[in-house]
Amino acid sequence: MSPTALTVHAALTRLSAGELRASQLVRAYLDRIDALDRTIGAYLTVTRETALEQAAAADERWRAGNGVRPLEGIPLALKDVLCTRGVRTTCGSRILADFVPPYDATVVVRLSAAGAIVLGKTNMDEFAMGSSTENSAFHPTRNPWALDRVPGGSSGGAAAAAAADLAAGALGTDTGGSIRQPAALCGVVGLKPTYGRVSRYGLVAFASSLDQIGPIGKDVRDAALLLEAIAGHDPMDSTSADQPVPDYQAALGQGVEGLRVGIPNEYFVEGMDPEVEAAVWEAVRVLEKLGARPARVSLPHTPYAVATYYLIAPAEASSNLARYDGVKYGYRAPGGKDVIEMYGRTRAEGFGPEVKRRIMLGTYALSAGYYEAYYGKAQRVRTLIRRDFERAFAEVDVIVTPTSPSAAFRLGEKTEDPLQMYLSDIFTISVNLAGLPGVSLPCGFTAAGLPIGLQLIGQAFDEATLLRVAHAYEQATDWHTRRPPRAAGEAP
Amino acid sequence: MREPKISLAEVEHVARLARLMLSPAEKERMRSQLDTILAYIDTLRQLDTTDVEPTSHVVPMVNVMREDEVRPSYPQEAMLANAPDRAGEFFRVPKILEEEG
Repeated sequence: MSPTALTVHAALTRLSAGELRASQLVRAYLDRIDALDRTIGAYLTVTRETALEQAAAADERWRAGNGVRPLEGIPLALKDVLCTRGVRTTCGSRILADFVPPYDATVVVRLSAAGAIVLGKTNMDEFAMGSSTENSAFHPTRNPWALDRVPGGSSGGAAAAAAADLAAGALGTDTGGSIRQPAALCGVVGLKPTYGRVSRYGLVAFASSLDQIGPIGKDVRDAALLLEAIAGHDPMDSTSADQPVPDYQAALGQGVEGLRVGIPNEYFVEGMDPEVEAAVWEAVRVLEKLGARPARVSLPHTPYAVATYYLIAPAEASSNLARYDGVKYGYRAPGGKDVIEMYGRTRAEGFGPEVKRRIMLGTYALSAGYYEAYYGKAQRVRTLIRRDFERAFAEVDVIVTPTSPSAAFRLGEKTEDPLQMYLSDIFTISVNLAGLPGVSLPCGFTAAGLPIGLQLIGQAFDEATLLRVAHAYEQATDWHTRRPPRAAGEAP
Repeated sequence: MREPKISLAEVEHVARLARLMLSPAEKERMRSQLDTILAYIDTLRQLDTTDVEPTSHVVPMVNVMREDEVRPSYPQEAMLANAPDRAGEFFRVPKILEEEG
């Protein structure tokens, strides 16, 4: 087996035993990226030289046997919305095509402090707005399981990199499902932490009350390892929670005996792919066999979540994206006769159609005369959605749903119809509105061989229970051991 | 046919507020797409939210206080390095004020 197929924890075992060197591992990934990424398109930037240098330093630490850190020598990919000092950070946008941040995001600092090595920056929908990665200003990313299909989005490059063994794991970001939905469509594990669990400092803002950074990995243990490395309070982000970070790995292996698992009535509605529905019900049966107690719950405001999200997220985005004015950094259009015209041209040429649509929608919802009817209303419905979860969690420990109503769709299938694209996030959006943690993990395949994702939703700051249930399910099934055809075949 | 949710004039007004220069074709396309999205969003009107408090943030937000101490910040050159246009230690922009005649 090529070392690129190893999970993070398996690679750490081999590095520790001296059976594998970090420089071998990094070279294997770089070779694989050279061979395969022209086809997949997971990366926007590959940081070859620094990765090799860091690998040599990691090997030295492993050899010396002291100063070895929790992720020493593990090669990871970062969604290109996370600032990396000296490495261009584009957000998938033309407006930031040449932006080189002068600082690292807190999660990047923490991963390096844990010994991880950055292989490169991954493709994404522009400013994380999208569900297919087709809104990247640079190129689309293809699903490693079927090259005519999307990897999901907006963290499509990160999920495809993990699925196709182009990185040991990755960090993505999730505002309305952007970690969980691509993880589901690519057959890997993706976790959106509780709002405030992970610092957002250095994450280029899309919707500040919804954005969270989280891990994408080949299995649940990897997700736990990566989350532990990045979680925790940060004085640079006043919304990061000052709460201790538990030992997430310790939660694994505790089983699900007696845990109450809620199945929300409103998540099994018409329009869902029957293969997805069947796989999720089968997953519930597996959890029941393992000792969990399934129960029906109700989240009655679910049908309003997408509409609520598409007011709140664009409103926040229209404000956050006001900073792209062609003055301090980023693209500036030539030919503006005064500063107002320069702004208008810069933003017209720098932003793609989906970003413009959301800026327009958000500006409209915040504008005089519409604020209360749209933005104010959405904030009130957000309260109702939060209360739904509070009531449900009085009765159950975790909630089980599909991650996405269908498996990966075809490239181009939804690009002409923004609303249809928005509706593909119908099962993930409420979790962001309520600020809760959610994880997607593989729970089966369609007849066409496409992965299906199971979503588990937990209580605020209870990622440990989420990981525990996810791990119990994963260990009772073998979905996570299946590799896409592009990943199984060794690099040509 | 239902009333359009948004007119072309409103699209032009919002584009001005958002500092987005849109072509005539983009404006019409934007009007029609926003119209579809806003009609969908109107489902929220079915809900009575009279006595419901708005949620702007899910975590309790409190002011974070600290001593006002001088600390190192980024060097000026690092902050100017990404400027699309600069003159010495300044960001250069097209003229803002009309010259007095």
